[in-house]
Amino acid sequence: MSGAGTFLGMPAFPHNAAAAVQDSQLRFNLRKATHTIRGKRAAVVGELPDWAELRRAGKEIKDHTLRHLDRYLLQLEEAVTAAGGHVHWASDAKEANRIVADLVKATGETSVVKVKSMATQEIGLNEALQEEGITAYETDLAELIVQLGDDWPSHILVPAIHRNRAEIREIFQEKMAEWGRAAPEELTDEPRALAEAARLHLRERFLSTKVAVSGANFMIAETGTLVVLESEGNGRMCLTLPETLISVVGVEKLLPTWRDLEVFLQLLPRSSTGERMNPYTSTWTGATEGQEFHLVLLDNGRTDVLADEVGRQALRCIRCSACLNVCPVYERAGGHAYGSVYPGPIGAILTPQLRGTASAIDASLPYASSLCGACFEACPVAIDIPEVLVHLRGKVRHARAERLGMRAAGWIFDRPSRLARVQRLGGRLRRFVPGRLPGPLSAWTDTREIPDIPAESFRDWWNRTDGGAR
Amino acid sequence: MRVALFITCVNDTLFPGTGQAVVTLLRRLGCDVEFPQAQTCCGQMHVNTGYPEEGRRLAGHFVDVFAGYDAVVAPSGSCAAMVREQYPRLARTTPARTAAPAGLLTGGSAPATAERDDSFARRVAETVPKVHDLSEFLVDVLGVTDVGAYFPHRVTYHPTCHSLRGLHLGDRPTRLLREVRGLELVPLPGAEECCGFGGTFAVKNPAVSAAMCADKVHNVASTGAEVLCAADNSCLMHIGGTLRRQRTGVRIMHLAEILASTEAAR
Ligand code: SF4
Repeated sequence: MSGAGTFLGMPAFPHNAAAAVQDSQLRFNLRKATHTIRGKRAAVVGELPDWAELRRAGKEIKDHTLRHLDRYLLQLEEAVTAAGGHVHWASDAKEANRIVADLVKATGETSVVKVKSMATQEIGLNEALQEEGITAYETDLAELIVQLGDDWPSHILVPAIHRNRAEIREIFQEKMAEWGRAAPEELTDEPRALAEAARLHLRERFLSTKVAVSGANFMIAETGTLVVLESEGNGRMCLTLPETLISVVGVEKLLPTWRDLEVFLQLLPRSSTGERMNPYTSTWTGATEGQEFHLVLLDNGRTDVLADEVGRQALRCIRCSACLNVCPVYERAGGHAYGSVYPGPIGAILTPQLRGTASAIDASLPYASSLCGACFEACPVAIDIPEVLVHLRGKVRHARAERLGMRAAGWIFDRPSRLARVQRLGGRLRRFVPGRLPGPLSAWTDTREIPDIPAESFRDWWNRTDGGAR
Repeated sequence: MRVALFITCVNDTLFPGTGQAVVTLLRRLGCDVEFPQAQTCCGQMHVNTGYPEEGRRLAGHFVDVFAGYDAVVAPSGSCAAMVREQYPRLARTTPARTAAPAGLLTGGSAPATAERDDSFARRVAETVPKVHDLSEFLVDVLGVTDVGAYFPHRVTYHPTCHSLRGLHLGDRPTRLLREVRGLELVPLPGAEECCGFGGTFAVKNPAVSAAMCADKVHNVASTGAEVLCAADNSCLMHIGGTLRRQRTGVRIMHLAEILASTEAAR
C-alpha cells in the first residue's frame, strides 16, 4: 500500500489507540453508530434460517476461486475483452496509479468522479492523480465528508463514522464552495438538509464530468461482468453518465459464475448495512455504446498473501465491515488508530499481510485484538480472524525483553519442579509485592489492583493434605 | 470415573481456592479425582503472544501428562479452549524438522523425525476430546445441573469470550447457577462483550483494555449484585482488579467456588 502515503510512518497501534480513547466525542459517535448497525445486522441475520449454510457457501465459493485464481482471471480477461472492454494488469500501487493517470490523460480531461472504492484508497489514487493535475471527486456521501474535511476514512462502509451531524454541517458550510456548489446559507444539521446539500453539490458534478473511476464488489469470470452494491444511487450516476469508466479491482474480488452472486447478494447487505437487500445493485459487462471501459486488475501484495496457508483466508473478505461493528477494540480505538484504509479486525490481519510487518504500526496490528472472537462469529465468509492474528504474531519480530521473558516463562513451565519452586518463592515474598508494578507491568496496576498472592499454591496444598484427604 | 484435574498454571499459582473447590465438588459427585503432578501450563500465553514453538513444546508436555485419563477437567474456559481449538492446529502446522516436544534447553535445534511429529498429532487427537471445562463436564458428562449447592447471595454471571465463542458453553453455567439454593441470579448487561483482558493484550494495549474493563465494571455495578461469577479466573482477575480499585464492594468468585458451597460447609 505504498500509495497511502501519510498513513505510513504512523506510531504503533497502542499509542494511537491511547489517544483515541481519551476523545470522548469520538467514543460516543463510534459507540452509537456501531451499536445501531450491530443491532440491525443481528436482526436481519437472525431471520434467515439458512444463514449458516449461506455463510459456508460463501466461504467455499471464495476458497475455490482463490485456489484457481489464475484460471478464473484469464477467463475474466477474455470475457471483458470480448465485450469490448480493456483489461490492464497492475502488480502494485504505483503501476495501478500510472495506468489510471495515463488513461485519464488520454481523454484530455482533468477531473474524474469516483464511486466509493477501497481499492483506490488502498493505492492512494486520489493523491497520485492530484500530482498529475487531475482532481478526483468523491461522490459517496461519507467519502465526500471525508474529502471535504481533509480527513482520513475510519470505517470501511461508513468512512465518516467518527463524525456526527453537527461536525458534518460545519464541514459542508466551510468547504463545499471550494470544491464546487456551495452549501445553502441556512444549512441545519438535520440529516435531510445535509443530504439535500450533498445532492445538489454532487448533481452538478455528475452532469459535467466525463470520466469516472470505480471499484467493484464482485467480478464474474464467466461473463466478464462487474458488480457494485451501494445505497445512495450516486454510484449508478458515475457508472452510467460519463464517457469513460475505469474500474480498479483487487484480483481477489472474483466469482466464477453469475449464479454464485446469489449467495453474496444475500450475505453482503445483511452483514454490512443490516438490510435485507441493498438499494442499488449495478452490473455492467464490457463497454456499452458510446462508452469506453477499462478494468485495472490490482495485485498489490495479494498473490503473496495467497501463498500463506493460514493468512490467505483474509482474501475471502467482501468488505462488509461486520467485524468492525462488533469489535470492542475498534469501538474504543477508532479507525484511524489502525493506520491504514482497512481498520478494525480485518485491517489488523490484512494490512500487515499486504504491507509486511517492518514498520512500527504494521508490527503492532496483529496485537490490536483481545482475541475475543466476536469478529469471527460475525464474518459472513467465516474468516477465522483470531487464528490469523495469532499466526501473524508468530511471524513479527518481538522485543528482546519480551523474548527473554517468554523464554524464562517457558523454562519454568518446562518442569513442574521449577514451577513449584517459583510458586513457593512468590508465596514467601507475597507481602513485598508493591501495589504499583514497574516497567511494562505498570500498565496493569495503573487501573487495576493485582490479586493477592496466596501463601500456598494448589500443588503444595494437594501434596500437604493428600488432595484434601488429610 | 478417573478424572484428572488440569488446574491451570494461573489457578495453581494465584487461585488455589478454585482448585480446592473443584476437588470438593467432584468428590461430592462421586468422582475419583487425581492431580497429575507433572502438569504445568497449556501454552496459551506463548501461542497467543506469538511464540508457537514454546507453545508447541508445552502442548507436547500436556498431552504426555493427560493422554492416559478418562476425562480431564479444567476450571478455565480459555485454557480448555486453548487445548481444544489450538492443539489440533499446532499439530497440523508442526514444522517437519522440529520435533514436539523437544526439551527447552535443546530448543528448536533438536534433530527430529517425522515419526515424533506423528506421535504428537496422535496424542493430541487422543487427548483433546477428553478435555472439558468444568460446567461442560458436570452437565454433559455427569449429567447433573443440581449439584446440591447453597449460596444465599445475589450473583451476576459474565460468560467470558473463550467460554462463549471458543467452547460454546451456552447456558450450561447459568443452568448450574439457577439450581443453587438461595442464589439470586441477575442478568449482566452487555454480558457477551469482552472485558478487555486478552492475556498480553492487557499489557500491550493498556488504554483500550482499561476502557473495555471500565465499561464491564460499570455494567457489573449496575446489576446490584454482591458477587461477579465467571468460569475463568484470568478474566475475573482483570475485572476484579478494577472492581477493587474502584471500591465497588463487588466480590469475584469462580463458578466452582459457588457450586462447592453447601449449607453444611458454612
Ligand atoms: S473480514 Fe469478514 S466481517 Fe470483516 S469486512 Fe471482511 S467479510 Fe466482513
